[in-house]
Amino acid sequence: MTEEAGTESDILVEVRDLKVHFPIKRGILLDRVVGHVKAVDGVDLSIPRGKTYGLVGESGCGKSTLGRALLQLTPPTGGEVRFDGVELTTLPAGKLRTMRRRMQMIFQDPMSSLDPRQNIESILVEGLQTHGIGTDRDDRRRIIGETLDAVGLPRWALSRYPHEFSGGQRQRIGIARALVLGPELIVADEPVSALDVSIQAQVVNLLEELQDNLGLTYLFIAHDLAVVKHISDVVGVMYLGALVEEAPSDRLYSEPLHPYTRALMSAVPVPDPDVEDRRERILLAGDLPSPANPPAGCRFHTRCPWAQPTRCADERPALRDIGGSRVACHFAERIASGELRPHKVSVQIVRPEGEGGAPAVVSAPTEPGSYV
Amino acid sequence: MALLQVDDLSVTFARRGQRTVHAVDGVSFSVDAGEVVGLVGESGCGKSVTSLAIMGLLPKQPGLRVGGKAVFDGTDLLQLDDRSRRDIRGRDVAMIFQDPLSSLNPVIPIGLQVTEVLTRHRGMRGEAAKKEAADLLDRVGIPDPRRRLKEYPHQLSGGMRQRALIAMSVACQPRLLIADEPTTALDVTIQAQILELLKDLVRDSGTALVMITHDLGVVAGMCDTINVLYGGRVVETARRRPLFREPRHPYTVGLLGSVPCLDAGPGERLKPIPGSVRDLLAWPDGCAFAPRCARRIDECVGEPPELVLAHDGRSYRCLNPAPVPGTVPPWATGGRAATDPATDAPTAGAAAPAAADDATAGPVPAPREKEKP
Repeated sequence: MTEEAGTESDILVEVRDLKVHFPIKRGILLDRVVGHVKAVDGVDLSIPRGKTYGLVGESGCGKSTLGRALLQLTPPTGGEVRFDGVELTTLPAGKLRTMRRRMQMIFQDPMSSLDPRQNIESILVEGLQTHGIGTDRDDRRRIIGETLDAVGLPRWALSRYPHEFSGGQRQRIGIARALVLGPELIVADEPVSALDVSIQAQVVNLLEELQDNLGLTYLFIAHDLAVVKHISDVVGVMYLGALVEEAPSDRLYSEPLHPYTRALMSAVPVPDPDVEDRRERILLAGDLPSPANPPAGCRFHTRCPWAQPTRCADERPALRDIGGSRVACHFAERIASGELRPHKVSVQIVRPEGEGGAPAVVSAPTEPGSYV
Repeated sequence: MALLQVDDLSVTFARRGQRTVHAVDGVSFSVDAGEVVGLVGESGCGKSVTSLAIMGLLPKQPGLRVGGKAVFDGTDLLQLDDRSRRDIRGRDVAMIFQDPLSSLNPVIPIGLQVTEVLTRHRGMRGEAAKKEAADLLDRVGIPDPRRRLKEYPHQLSGGMRQRALIAMSVACQPRLLIADEPTTALDVTIQAQILELLKDLVRDSGTALVMITHDLGVVAGMCDTINVLYGGRVVETARRRPLFREPRHPYTVGLLGSVPCLDAGPGERLKPIPGSVRDLLAWPDGCAFAPRCARRIDECVGEPPELVLAHDGRSYRCLNPAPVPGTVPPWATGGRAATDPATDAPTAGAAAPAAADDATAGPVPAPREKEKP
């Protein structure tokens, strides 16, 4: 275990040029690698201690993979992940295991992420035993009891099984399992998207309370912009494996700079008829292109209503600082000032090379834990 | 005369050895020609069962009982025999389902699935049907429609599949379209595309649309009239603006308080509804929302509350509705409202005389039934 006093700093997690590429294999005997799905392709971000970093994007944009790669659950193909000053990508397996105590994950679907044959006590005690927390059974019971109180579950829950709980309670169990080890970082991958709105609000409030009481740091991954804006301090917007914009959450919503962020904002339905009637929707044409064969240049240029004939198609924009936000767009300032006007985009069919009949676009990914 | 008049619709599932489930309990609403009507509620509130019952699509199983009326253009859809129901379904009344992948046949090309409707109801065959199918796909915004006709559902993206499904349902220019969570499985930008498409279809063809959804944002932008469902009953009906501006039923108030707003200030906490939908199991009589309600009074656990008709075509099913903003401050009625539903529940449940046969179940049962996520 690392001594926590020595490496105290403001930034808990620092990610540099993180890449996760999954090989596409062909053939029966000899697995030929015919290409790569670039799920995450060069992401830089840092999460301050005690804050919430929200990650939004549509399904298939790589946000779940980024969360998993950050915890080394999916080994990254390149880049660095520093957690509290410790480089995780090169850490030997044993050391990584002890580090895992300090970073935990909450999954989307609480039913499939809890073992149906383990009762709640056994689910919670497993982590404690693995990490050698608690001196004896009674001590562990005490820790578990305190955790149950923190997430608002009754003590009788201990002897029950996951199927006996409602969706919201199951998610509380998932949160308790992450909390019981006393982590500093929690990666929450779509923790509320499987829940009804009234229950969703309960869980969001619980996560906020826990952060206030325990000083937790969250990486909050979701596709629901309103929820992410509500809970996050800083929000990163992902498109096709890369961040396109990163800004403090208020600023992102009041002044979205990247065309994709603008389109996302305008697409979110708001429960207010007046807003709905007045708003101007920026409708994006077509679907997300395939991450196996992303468009050259700016990845968004095939669907961008502001795309320009110069630069957009051949030069990949890097994240630049513009008044407190980081934006990956060549023309962000000129779009913000209204100098460039949106134009109509026709739907382009992007097919991966050499796959004539294959699906033109990526639909919901099948990887567990990702939003379907 | 309304196009569709649903009157006191009830659906019960009885299973031997288990308590009868009242999935839908006296739902009434009407849809005028060209109107967009929303049915809103959380999972388990009976909104999908309502639509399936109207369409006659509920699985025929022993113990299923459908009561009430659903009069479409003079004929009661619930009384029809299978043959005449099949004639109406797809031609006059069509449905769009939530998950386009599981509602399309995976081993039949898209084209054949679209032309099937045309052949069945419009007697079109061969090249004519193919051309019409391609036109339909083009109309719902599928690029390169001729080529798509030969493709299978798995080769299309989620948004394209939903468009294909919409093309099938509007193939015969139905007068009523029922859309059951049409955008729930889709991403926001795709959802915006599909909602815009549905709006255009309604505007251009004058089709009436019943929009079933859990998303209050979707109804705010689309529906003329909104019915809020809870525990199988319509708890509030109102036009769009009054509903969002001054919700009267505590459940509607709670739903609106649970949704985070994009324009909300920082640091504001959400106001969730305590408990979960399951709590209604302990409440066979009286208001289904009473166990979770902050405005509960003693009368709430007796008889099911009647619909109260207010001005402007709005009605709600509540004995102690939320005050209209600007008239009575909420704390002025504090003396009547119960203090805390959690602590008050046991005594109230035992006191209800009608609940005698279910009193053993207790007011806070261990959740046992599987919940749809």
